[in-house]
Amino acid sequence: MDKFEKLTGIAAPMPLVNIDTDMIIPKVFLKTIKRSGLGVNLFDEMRYDRQGNEIPDFILNQPAYRESEILVAGDNFGCGSSREHAPWALKDFGIKAVISTSFADIFYNNCFKNGILPIVLPQEAVDVLMKDAEKGANARMIVDLEAQTVTTSDGEVFEFEVDSFKKHCLLQGLDDIGLTMEKAASIDSFEAKASAERPWV
Amino acid sequence: MSPKTLYDKIWDAHVAHESDDGTCLLYIDRHLVHEVTSPQAFEGLRMTGRTVRAPDKTIAVPDHNVPTTPGREDPANMTEDSAIQVAALDTNAKEFGIHYYPVSDIRQGIVHIVGPEQGWTLPGMTVVCGDSHTATHGAFGALAHGIGTSEVEHVLATQTLIQKKSKNMKVEITGKLRPGVTAKDITLSVIGATGTAGGTGYVIEYCGEAIRDLSMEGRMTVCNMAIEGGARAGLIAPDEKTFEYVMGRPHAPKGAQWEAALAWWKTLYSDDDAHWDKVITLKGEDIAPVVTWGTSPEDVLPITDVVPAPESFKGGKVEAAKRSIDYMGLTPGQKLSDIQIDTVFIGSCTNGRIEDLRAAAEILKGKKVKEGMRAMVVPGSGLVRAQAEEEGLADIFKEAGFEWRLAGCSMCLAMNPDQLAENERCASTSNRNFEGRQGYKGRTHLVSPAMAAAAAITGHLTDVREMM
Ligand code: SF4
Repeated sequence: MDKFEKLTGIAAPMPLVNIDTDMIIPKVFLKTIKRSGLGVNLFDEMRYDRQGNEIPDFILNQPAYRESEILVAGDNFGCGSSREHAPWALKDFGIKAVISTSFADIFYNNCFKNGILPIVLPQEAVDVLMKDAEKGANARMIVDLEAQTVTTSDGEVFEFEVDSFKKHCLLQGLDDIGLTMEKAASIDSFEAKASAERPWV
Repeated sequence: MSPKTLYDKIWDAHVAHESDDGTCLLYIDRHLVHEVTSPQAFEGLRMTGRTVRAPDKTIAVPDHNVPTTPGREDPANMTEDSAIQVAALDTNAKEFGIHYYPVSDIRQGIVHIVGPEQGWTLPGMTVVCGDSHTATHGAFGALAHGIGTSEVEHVLATQTLIQKKSKNMKVEITGKLRPGVTAKDITLSVIGATGTAGGTGYVIEYCGEAIRDLSMEGRMTVCNMAIEGGARAGLIAPDEKTFEYVMGRPHAPKGAQWEAALAWWKTLYSDDDAHWDKVITLKGEDIAPVVTWGTSPEDVLPITDVVPAPESFKGGKVEAAKRSIDYMGLTPGQKLSDIQIDTVFIGSCTNGRIEDLRAAAEILKGKKVKEGMRAMVVPGSGLVRAQAEEEGLADIFKEAGFEWRLAGCSMCLAMNPDQLAENERCASTSNRNFEGRQGYKGRTHLVSPAMAAAAAITGHLTDVREMM
């Protein structure tokens, strides 16, 4: 998994509340054999018309926001099904952090498994960040995980909370597999012992 | 040493690392892989530059989404998403150097049938697969359970799984089964008694005379549905029948290794005074041939019974039963044996083995499928299919009017084109009767192979004992 350290990027404002995983990535894209490549279908039904043409009004279709790396979103982001395809699609598009007043539980955890930082802040802070994001491509927001801060393009700083273990994993780029691999010596010695005791396995 | 259950013994033999909070890395001896839940896991390895840690312990076979009609070696005869998933498995198996049985191989079949058949599944092992019915392998005294795609990747990369230990539950079936009663009736009756959440948090060990009396195939049927009772896994202690089944299989140990293995396998049983967190006992004599009437595997009753009244249940189940009966198009009080059937499906990892086909053929011999009905047999593997042809079972099925298909999951989950139409009613030997499981608005009644055959002849759910 990619390490998440400090990010300076364009933030797209999505004030809609209850953005669910069906909106993030509709069911029809679950037949895929990949977790990459879902970025083109991120927010598919909001982003394209029935003929597959871009809907110009949609935020990520606007020239200023096509390269967004941060989403500032309304309350209860990521509700709905548990599909890991939702963070996969966000990641593939290039979104590395999502800021909201709250997240659905499963989605929140799935983000960390996929190198995305979900940031919970109070309503007032999210309101300020939403305004800042509306300024377009010149307004770069800074997300600093080490310091646990978000800084607006005007230099206003907001601190956020994050579980220390999750923070550690994200900073080091450790997923479950990475963590288990830190215990490779235990697995190696178990394997050696087991294959001596049960060579038929 | 303190007394241990079979589960305790297998668990203890596989802990590679234990953290202070009790989270363990459980070492995995066999990882079975199929085309639907594995592509993202392999891609994850590729993206992170990781490899499969133990390719020799990893076995892949396409089964969930493959057609069961002739000509399927040609991707042109598959639906597009199926062809893509199968091609991905082909590529991944080659690239990562794991064991592989492609659709063109006679050994191809449902992953839980192929594993035991090829001797990959052995007593005392840990076995996982990205499919919940992995519990099947518990019949050998192996700790076996289903995992998700992220965990598939975790096992591929590390050959371990992050786990906390479950509790111990004993399900004892005493005495003898009556004629016409099968392993399927046992496992459904257990779920009927415990409910679908009765096993949540537990690993079940099935024991008692009626379980000992079952063949290995019957034991697989019992363990297969442990998951439907909510359990993490189901186990049966290995015995002479187990050893006899395993001996000589392609990947079973041979010579001195066989002797060493056997010596260890013989220690795999629950100690007399082992601690059980929960115990359920059923009398073998009390079990009847059963059918499901609703949309949960716990909605099970003897074939001689009637569709229950929702009010006869308690709590949230009243509403659930109403919804089930409505979905299934039934009336409370209606005799179960009066329910008319459109389709019969014999197959799946629950009942797609040779003994299942024999049991169905026994009933069908010299008879015909009722006019207007659709009936299909989907053998669990290419080898089961070949053996059934050799024994003349295929001819019995064909003469009776059954379609004789190629191996795969088929209508068990209806991901390939083998599906029920809206309101079509099916007597099925599979394991899930959920809404839409066998096709949108399809209606499923779970039964044993013999009961399925009986229904095919009469056109309605039928007490097989009347045909014996
Ligand atoms: S037959 Fe059904 S239950 Fe068994 S592996 Fe296939 S889909 Fe799963």
